[in-house]
Formats: sequence, C-alpha cells, structure tokens
Amino acid sequence: MSGDLLNLTLRIWRQAGPNAKGAFRDYQLQGVSTHMSFLEMLDVLNEKLLQAGEEPVAFDHDCREGICGMCSLMINGQAHGPDKATTTCQLHMRRFKNGDTIVIEPWRASAFPVLRDLVVDRSALDRIIQSGGFVSVNTGNAPDGNAIPIPGHVQEVAMDGAACIGCGACVASCKNASAMLFVAAKVSQLSLLPQGHPERASRVIDMVAQMDKEGFGSCTNTSECEAACPAEVSVTHIARLNREYFKAMLITEK
Amino acid sequence: MVRVAGETLNSKVPDGPIQEKWDRHRFNLKLVNPANKRKFSVIVVGTGLAGGAAAASLAELGYNVKAFCFQDSPRRAHSIAAQGGINAAKNYANDGDSIWRLFYDTVKGGEWRAREANVYRLAQVANSIIDQCVAQGVPFAREYGGTLANRSFGGAQVSRTFYCRGQTGQQLLLGAYQALMRQVGLGRVKMFARREMMDLIVIDGVARGIVVRNMVTGQFEVHTADAVCVCTGGYGNVYYLSTNAKGCNVTAAWRCHRRGALFANPCFTQIHPTCIPVSGDYQSKLTLMSESLRNDGRVWVPKNAKDTRKVTDIPDEDRDYYLERRYPSFGNLVPRDIASRAAKERCDAGFGVGESGLAVYLDFRDAIRRDGEDVVRKKYGNLFHMYEKITADNPYQVPMRIYPAVHYTMGGLWVDYNLMSNIPGLYVLGEANFSDHGANRLGASALMQGLSDGYFVIPYTIGDHLATAHLPKIADDHPACLAAKKDAEDRMTSLLNVNGRRSVDSFHRDLGHIMWDYCGMARNRSGLQGAIQKIRDLREEFWKNVRVPGSGNTLNQSLEMAGRVADFMEFGELLALDALEREESCGGHFREEYQEVDGEAKRNDEQYAYVAAWQFTGYGEEPVLHKEPLSFENVKPSKRSYK
Ligand SMILES: Cc1cc2nc3c(=O)[nH]c(=O)nc-3n(C[C@H](O)[C@H](O)[C@H](O)COP(=O)(O)OP(=O)(O)OC[C@H]3O[C@@H](n4cnc5c(N)ncnc54)[C@H](O)[C@@H]3O)c2cc1C
Ligand code: FES
Repeated sequence: MSGDLLNLTLRIWRQAGPNAKGAFRDYQLQGVSTHMSFLEMLDVLNEKLLQAGEEPVAFDHDCREGICGMCSLMINGQAHGPDKATTTCQLHMRRFKNGDTIVIEPWRASAFPVLRDLVVDRSALDRIIQSGGFVSVNTGNAPDGNAIPIPGHVQEVAMDGAACIGCGACVASCKNASAMLFVAAKVSQLSLLPQGHPERASRVIDMVAQMDKEGFGSCTNTSECEAACPAEVSVTHIARLNREYFKAMLITEK
Repeated sequence: MVRVAGETLNSKVPDGPIQEKWDRHRFNLKLVNPANKRKFSVIVVGTGLAGGAAAASLAELGYNVKAFCFQDSPRRAHSIAAQGGINAAKNYANDGDSIWRLFYDTVKGGEWRAREANVYRLAQVANSIIDQCVAQGVPFAREYGGTLANRSFGGAQVSRTFYCRGQTGQQLLLGAYQALMRQVGLGRVKMFARREMMDLIVIDGVARGIVVRNMVTGQFEVHTADAVCVCTGGYGNVYYLSTNAKGCNVTAAWRCHRRGALFANPCFTQIHPTCIPVSGDYQSKLTLMSESLRNDGRVWVPKNAKDTRKVTDIPDEDRDYYLERRYPSFGNLVPRDIASRAAKERCDAGFGVGESGLAVYLDFRDAIRRDGEDVVRKKYGNLFHMYEKITADNPYQVPMRIYPAVHYTMGGLWVDYNLMSNIPGLYVLGEANFSDHGANRLGASALMQGLSDGYFVIPYTIGDHLATAHLPKIADDHPACLAAKKDAEDRMTSLLNVNGRRSVDSFHRDLGHIMWDYCGMARNRSGLQGAIQKIRDLREEFWKNVRVPGSGNTLNQSLEMAGRVADFMEFGELLALDALEREESCGGHFREEYQEVDGEAKRNDEQYAYVAAWQFTGYGEEPVLHKEPLSFENVKPSKRSYK
C-alpha cells in the first residue's frame, strides 16, 4: 500500500549550531508515498542523507500524534503546515502534489533561538508558567473532588483553553511574535475554575510581565495565532485575559 | 537452565491486615524533621506523571530537588498522550464501587502476578489523586449539575474512570507540570531539560548520583544527591512500532540494571487491542484509539471470510460480534490482553479486514443511531478527528479499522513496597517499575499508579532512607563519578567510531520485527530460542556496521537514538529469556504451549506465582534469576474468566 508517489523539492533551513550562520539548502526527494506523514517523509530524507555521508536534518518531535507539542516547523510559511487544527506530525503527504517545492523553516522569534537546523529553544514558555501558571496547592491539601460543583459549560470553556499543547505555533505565526494566545489559554482556564480564583489577579499580572520580559512582541489582534493553533484555542481567551488584566490592575497596588 | 539465586527477594511488605498495612507502615517509617529536609538533595529523572508529581511533592516538603527530562520541556513527557482516563473508587456513580472492588479488579486483571499489598495501597490512595488534581485546576469532565463525570473501562463492571475529553493524560500531566514549575519558580527544584541519563553512580553500594548528557552541547555532566528516583517510563519501543512516543527508551532503567538493579518481569508487555493498523514500511509509530471507545463501539468481523460487500452493507446476521459472542458478561469491555488475542485469532483464521487482512472493525453505527451523532462527537470527537487525519476515513460513516499494537510495559525495575530497588537509595516510580499491574494492566490505571507513586508514596518512603542511611557528602570528582562519566563518554565514542553502512533506524526496525514476531501476542519455546540468537546476531552486526553521523559535541539526534537502540538490543534478549523461562500463559504473556481447549490462557500458579527479577552479570553473560514469591490472602487465585 504505497499510495501515489510524489517527487519533491525540499528547501530546508540548515544551521550547524546556535551561533552558526544558517542557510537554505535544496534537496530532491523521489517516490514519496502520499500515505506517509510529513515527519516520515523527513525520516526518509534523513536516511538518504546518511547514505550519502551527509548529516541528517535535526527536527524536534516525540509523540507523533499531535499532543506533546514537541514538533514545530514552518511549512511553506505556515506554522504546522496547511491543514487546520493539525500539528506537523499529523500532516500527511497526501496534502501535497507531485513536483511541489516545500520550504521548511524553524519557528522564527527572538524568544525562540535556533539550536540547530529546525530545532529551537522554547524554554521561555516554561518560564512564563513558572511565573504564575498554576494553582498554589501543595500535595495533600485538597478537599473532595466534588466539594465545589463546576457548571458543565464553564468546565468546557476552561478545557478549551487547557487544551493548549505549548508548541509555540501562535508565536511563530504572529507578525509580532507575541505569546498572547499561549498566556491567555492558561490564564483563562485558571480564572474560569473556582480553584484558580484566589491567585487570579497576581497570576495574570505576573504572567504578562514575564511574557514581556522574555522578549515576545505585543498583541495587535490579527488572529493569525488562532488560525495556526493546532489545538484550536480561540482568541476569545485573549479577550478574557485582557478583562482579567484590567480588573487585576484596578484591584492590586504594586 | 538459568541460574537461580538461593535467597528469595524481600519485598518489605508490612504485617497486618491488608487494609491497615499502609497506615501502620507510614507510622513506622522514620521521618526527616522539617528543618533538616533542606539538607538533603534528591534527583528525579523523568517528569511524566510519576516524576513530575514526585519532584513537585518532594520540593514542597522542603527537599532540594534536581529534575531531568530528555524533551525540551518537562510538559512533554509521554504521559501527555494518555487519552482515556484515570480510575478511582469514589463510587460517585453509586454503582457499588469500593476500594476493595478496585483492588480486586486490579489483582484479577493482572492475573495474580502483582503484589497484593501494593495494589491495595494503590486503590486506597486513588481517591486522593482525583481530589488533588481537581484542586490544581484539572478540568475533568462534569455532569450538567457540576459534579464529576465517569465512564467505564475494560475489566470492570462499574463506572470509575475520570476523564478530560480524550486528553486525560495531557491534563493530569499539565497539573503536575504546573506544580513542578511553581517549585522551580520558588527555587526548590532545579530543572534540567534536554538531558539524557546515561548512567547511575553507585558508591559503597548506595545510589548517589547520575551521569547525563546535555543534548544541546554534547557535554557529559555528573550530578550527585542523597537519593535518585528513576521515573523514565516504559520500554515498549523495544518493538520499534508502538503507541509510545519516539523518544521512549529503556536506557535509564537499563543503565541502572547494569549497575546492579534487578529487572523484573520484562516479558509482561501489553498489546493494546484498538490501534490504527500498520500501513507501510516507512511507518514510524502506531496510534492508539482509546479503550474508552469500546464503551460505545462494537467490535466485529464479517462471518464470511473475504466478504466483498461494502462494509456498511453487511447485514447484522452476517457480522460476527466475536467479543460479545465469546464473553457475554463483559462483551466489548473485556480486558486488553483478551481483546487483543481474540482479534488476532479472528485475523489468523482469515476473517481479518482491510488490505492486509490484519484489522477488525470497531463500529459506532448503533451508538450513533441510539444517541445521535452529537452525543458521540462530544465524547470522542478528538479521537474520531485523529483517526480521520491518519486514515482519511470518516468513522461517523464507516467503522474504524483497528488492530492490536504494543502499548505498555508491566515489567520494569524491581522495587520493594517502598518503591526502592535492591540498590539502596535508588527508587523507581511509574511505568519504569514493575510493581502494580502483574501480567496485564487494566485501562486507566497507569495514570493512577504514576500519580500515586509520585504524590502519595515516595514523599513518605524516601524519608526513611534519608533519615537512616549513612550519606557522606560526595564531590562531583569522586573517583566513582569520574569512572561512570568516562564509561558513558567511551560508549558514545565507540558508537561514533563504528562508521559502518547502516542507519540506527534500520537496526531498530529489524529488532522490532524479531520482537513482534516471536515475543508479541503469542510466544513459544522454539520461537523464543530462535529470537535470542537472532537478537545476538543483530547486536553483533550493529556494533560492526552501524553508522552514526556527526560528532559528539553538538546536538546529534542520530547519536541519541544509537545509544537507545544499543540498549534495546541488550534488553530485548532479556525480555525473550524471561518469556522463555515463564512456562505458563498469563495476562499479556501467552505461551502457545499452555492454553485451554477453548484457546484461553492456562496459568500455572504452582510453579510460576513469583516475580522473576533478573540480575545483570556482564555483557553477553547469562543473568541470574531472583524470585519473589507471591501469595494471595485476600483475592484468591482462580480461573480468570470474563465470560
Ligand atoms: C497513547 C497512550 C495512551 C495511554 N492512555 C492511558 C490512559 O488513558 N489511562 C492510563 O491510565 N494510562 C494510559 N497510558 C499509559 C500511561 O500514559 C503511561 O503508563 C504513564 O503515563 C507513564 O508515566 P511515567 O511518568 O511513568 O512515564 P512517562 O510519562 O513516559 O515519562 C517519562 C519521563 O522520563 C524521561 N526520560 C525517559 N528516559 C530518560 C532518560 N534516559 N534520561 C532522562 N530522562 C528520561 C522523559 O523525558 C519523561 O519526562 C497510555 C499510554 C499511551 C502510550
Ligand atoms: S510530535 Fe508531539 S505534537 Fe507533534
């Protein structure tokens, strides 16, 4: 079962290390089955490079099923490629045509420095969570799970935000390289749930401050992030973040 | 015959009635006084549910924690991919659940090859896990009135599974990750991402540190501590194709094994019945379709082999709902080992569907007719979406095609009741240990075990070691640290120096074929003997002919994989040997020689009611078998029937 076979030109960003100069290189790849996933296609390319005595292309990936957020890649200028609600690892080659040229780049943002080829450093996102993206409850402190009922529809919206996979596609797709959607998804989830209320004000203020400190740009409401988000996190969470932020600024004196 | 150690292993299970063991034990454990906790340091390798929960909880207690993972962020541990849910005996459904029933189901599900006392404790603390996760802001599914919702999973007749859509593992992991990040922010945990554990440092018989490779710079680092917790997940990728993430490995566990830690029950592997079938030679991994789908999906194959009609045109009377036929009381919700073997049986008999004939149908037609498409979408929308993305088929219209795939590993490093291995100071948590699931794990209980180990067991048991062991300060340049570091560096250099012709991946695939063909859903003596020889030959070829491009002092993904595959090749042989030595069928381990006339597994309690824990004796040498006898005082062994 090999499906149709494609001959492709791959234009891939190669960069030997964090401080090295990078450049695009072209590779020809023949006989790519349309049943393959995009990353399997890169596996085949790497096998070929190895046989030719060249170094394989480095790219991040792990679960290969759209949930861990490890894979990235700008594919023809789109974060995670052309399909809606799809990570790079879920993208299939049936989406491409014989003879296509595919341009593959790493996430581009000053807060995400390139480590090698297509691999970037996204630890800035971890530091944003460190600054407040949690509920301060030590193990052992919890009341019964049913002690506080949460209306089904509230929990559903919280879950919509919580679904963020932390891949950074929102940043990569934004012309300002803003991390607003990422921050909003967490702020929104924890401000909707009663468990998050005690730290509501400090959380949003601290997370936004950390985001700025990391060098992410500001949000100008172009909604590219929503279009690129593989977990379909909506920009309505950004609206909620803004409301939370203004309320918090009113009530906290710093 | 393998060499068997004279003395049996001491599991340190406390005395007393099973309900009181854990309480009594906690009372008897030595405590570290609060002001002294900050004088102790603990290394936690792995930030999945087990490691994330452990690192956060230990830091909350005041210990100095160093946490490690190989991904770029602790949030990406493979626990993130768990779909279906997590069990607890809350009895919110009022359907007769209890701690005892969860305990009973788990011991029976594991075919009487787990330690009773551990399983009871697991069932006991499960309720606190749900509470803890809710308090962290984990958005579990809820009913309209705002209370927590439940669903059913295989091997149980009550509804006790808590879930977050089809992304339960993600939400539980993010809960633990956020707790961990909070401690990082407070300065109590130092987080080391993109680090791979390459060796364990043992000094005077006690675990005192690890060697890791910084995967960005290529540098090897020594980290010392007063205790080491290995929480590095399962070894399913020894089969190459599995539902595990690409990076899942046995390296951390195997390196501990080579330093003296016993490896228990490696042959107990779980093949999950509902995965998307293999579709091509280039395939790099398999995708699970959650067991929760069997709540509403019905499994069948055509009654007539090679029925050529369109699948939706095959009428009910020509469909064989074989699980419902063979197991009327559990039906589609039989445990995984049973469902997998039944699928294999039908396909081997020529009734399989799809191009390869290696698939069966999982059909939602009746659920959609009964409840409507919207209800089905709400429950399983993301899984259906995932299925459609991979196969380009719409499961709302045509049945899914599924086949069993390697999914989970019950075996792992041997631990006692305190989760400590036979090396003092080395603790093993989560899927990486062997402890609670016997020969077969029930759905939704790995998440429970990982979090139980991390949140509610290790915080108590580690204190006993820290309070009682002699732990002199160790400098990073202690001879044992330098020796372990040098070993790891030399190994890497040898991999780079082979300079042969074949890629690491091609060896891994070959190993996977051997493992799947001879150590998969059905095993037999001559197959296993042959497999051991084949693995040895492949390993020999690997060290002569592998090609690892690039250098050691940069980010080098081929080199990372090479190290893992080299360890899988040593470990695979142990798995096959364990399967060969266990001359019975139980749970996920099915030996063709030992079956009932109706094809059900034939267990042998008289001779095999023990944990098989293997001791490393040298590369290429026969390991020594240590036995931990299992006794069952509360759930009497019987024939495990789901009919
Ligand atoms: C697709 C899928 C679905 C599942 N669904 C369910 C479900 O619905 N319910 C359920 O109960 N169970 C489920 N399971 C099983 C369950 O998810 C796992 O058993 C469990 O999450 C394992 O947790 P862990 O913390 O032990 O390991 P993992 O989550 O695998 O974490 C391992 C950690 O160790 C680190 N690590 C590994 N090796 C090294 C090394 N050499 N050096 C440094 N760090 C290392 C990794 O970086 C990672 O942080 C599922 C499993 C899969 C594969
Ligand atoms: S590899 Fe995990 S989301 Fe793509």
